[in-house]
Amino acid sequence: MLMKLARLSLWNRRGTVLMTWLSLTISIALLLGIDHLRTEAKNSFTSTVSGTDLIVGARSGQLNLLLYSVFRIGNATANISWPSYQRIIKHPQIAWSIPIALGDSHRGYRVMGTNTDYFSHYRYANSQRLTLAQGQPFNGVFEAVLGAEVALKLGYQLNEQITLSHGVGAVSFSQHKDKPFTVVGILARTGTPVDQTVHVSLEAIEAIHLDWQQGAPIPGRQLSAEQALAQDLTPKSITAFMLGLNSRMATFTVQRQINAYKNEPLTAILPGVALAELWQMLGMVENLLLLISLLVLLAALVGMITTILASMKERQREMAILRAAGAHPWYLFVLIQLEVLLITLLSMLSAAAVLWLALFALQDTLAAEFGLFIGLNIIKLTSVYWAAAVLLLAALLATLPALLAYRRALSDGLAIRL
Amino acid sequence: MTDKPKIPAIELKQLRFFYQPGSWQLYIPELVLSRGAHLFVRGASGSGKTTLLNLLSGITRPVSGELYINGQALHQLSSSARDSLRARQIGVVFQQLNLIPYLSVLDNALLSSHFAGQSRSASVERARQLLCRLGLAEHLHWQTAATLSVGQQQRVAIARALLPKPALLIADEPTSALDSDNRDAFMRVLLAEADATGCTVIFVSHDQSLKQYFQLQLDMQQLAQGVQPC
Repeated sequence: MLMKLARLSLWNRRGTVLMTWLSLTISIALLLGIDHLRTEAKNSFTSTVSGTDLIVGARSGQLNLLLYSVFRIGNATANISWPSYQRIIKHPQIAWSIPIALGDSHRGYRVMGTNTDYFSHYRYANSQRLTLAQGQPFNGVFEAVLGAEVALKLGYQLNEQITLSHGVGAVSFSQHKDKPFTVVGILARTGTPVDQTVHVSLEAIEAIHLDWQQGAPIPGRQLSAEQALAQDLTPKSITAFMLGLNSRMATFTVQRQINAYKNEPLTAILPGVALAELWQMLGMVENLLLLISLLVLLAALVGMITTILASMKERQREMAILRAAGAHPWYLFVLIQLEVLLITLLSMLSAAAVLWLALFALQDTLAAEFGLFIGLNIIKLTSVYWAAAVLLLAALLATLPALLAYRRALSDGLAIRL
Repeated sequence: MTDKPKIPAIELKQLRFFYQPGSWQLYIPELVLSRGAHLFVRGASGSGKTTLLNLLSGITRPVSGELYINGQALHQLSSSARDSLRARQIGVVFQQLNLIPYLSVLDNALLSSHFAGQSRSASVERARQLLCRLGLAEHLHWQTAATLSVGQQQRVAIARALLPKPALLIADEPTSALDSDNRDAFMRVLLAEADATGCTVIFVSHDQSLKQYFQLQLDMQQLAQGVQPC
């Protein structure tokens, strides 16, 4: 009966309850969403690259270099010449290197020129290697290996022909149509920007740009794919490269030496340090967001209590009837509390649903635009803590109208004071 | 009404109540009502009717004196014990708006038995019979209370008050919102159902014309001077 009273009483006031429910849903979804994004973003960021001791690019800030080389966000300001790269990797402390050439795309996905060292040395998360779900690494010039997301979203199979575009926009007007690539491998899912990348050889990048200059085709000089293969395809420059060292102790020495490299202005960064700096920057923003969403939640809860307090006046008759029928004042206290908890619980359920749907809808956009890989599993320990905290806060605030009902029940008795 | 030598339904001795010492006070030297008696209390507004009702129904506790309902010393009980006594032994019918508007007619009638701790399944059948006897046809039982006419609502209120078979029914001007035809019909079913359950009725009104239905009368103005025992 208590439950029925609470339920029907809420239904009776469904207009205001609906608005309260809406505002609570939004604020709880906001709170849970920001908390979810915080943990997911941190996981996503820190698991993107591992095992790499240094990342080297043309001279720039370390965040810029990290963003374009690892997260495929933004662009390099300048390139590294091939001879410089060759000279640096002869350093005795360097165990392996992965060259990276960026600047082209395929239907919005970035194309990365590299060599087969990429497949053997690149590590992510807990030192996991890249594995091929299908096919093999590229061998010939016009062969491509797709990230899992690219293959899935564009529906590509092995042996399919794809065309690369110049530039990195989702829509490009200059295509390398004359030199199609064959898909020879598809990587297993990693949950990192690798999934969103089309991998080709450095020679391929060189080949498709043979008849280009300053980012545009040279008029009257068109080379077919066969003609291109006959040319010298040694790259002239790359965008960045990753280094693995023989000994971690040497990291700072090698970094200093690269930063002081005379022939070309270069920057070498420690990915761990750069990731931490990036995270610190984002973490502060997200702490602020969390604080704001907490305040929004508080405002919504206070709003709910306000509407309930306002309704207490018109419900005096109801309370007097319940009293006359034999209800103890505590019964009225519990009734008000139950109503508040019902609204809050309902809002939490709808907030979880809204959040899940929003993440489901935005997952691809977040991944494509920001390199954030956000999981859909929003039910975890911290969200349970938050839910408990929200319920507790609601119950705490609800003692105000509930106590009012209790005290009025004692003082007014069966009389209806106007 | 009844000549069985039983415990009186209600007994007041030297009952005194005031909000602040020295201000207005209500004093009843003695009032005894036997089981099944019907008492008409006449009083203008401000004469302490509501205070008397709050005292009789155990909402407020007398400052001094003794108050027994069905032999139980109400003045000695804790507030929650008075609440459960009210649920089981006292039915209350207000002037108007007696019902929770969003509950069905049947659920409204069942409220009192819920607070009296009686199981729903045991009470439903009796509630339906009682409602039918009060002239509320079966199809009305599932409607929400707000859809009924005022006269019908007051009859549902009687059903709610009488369902737990209370010793005492307190009616606070229940007819003031009714026209004269409805009022007479209401008075008849009220007293008939009260007689059927052997319930004592205390009926408060300023309407002198209702006196004809009652054997016993009491004027609020007299309360300070004392009251004739019944």
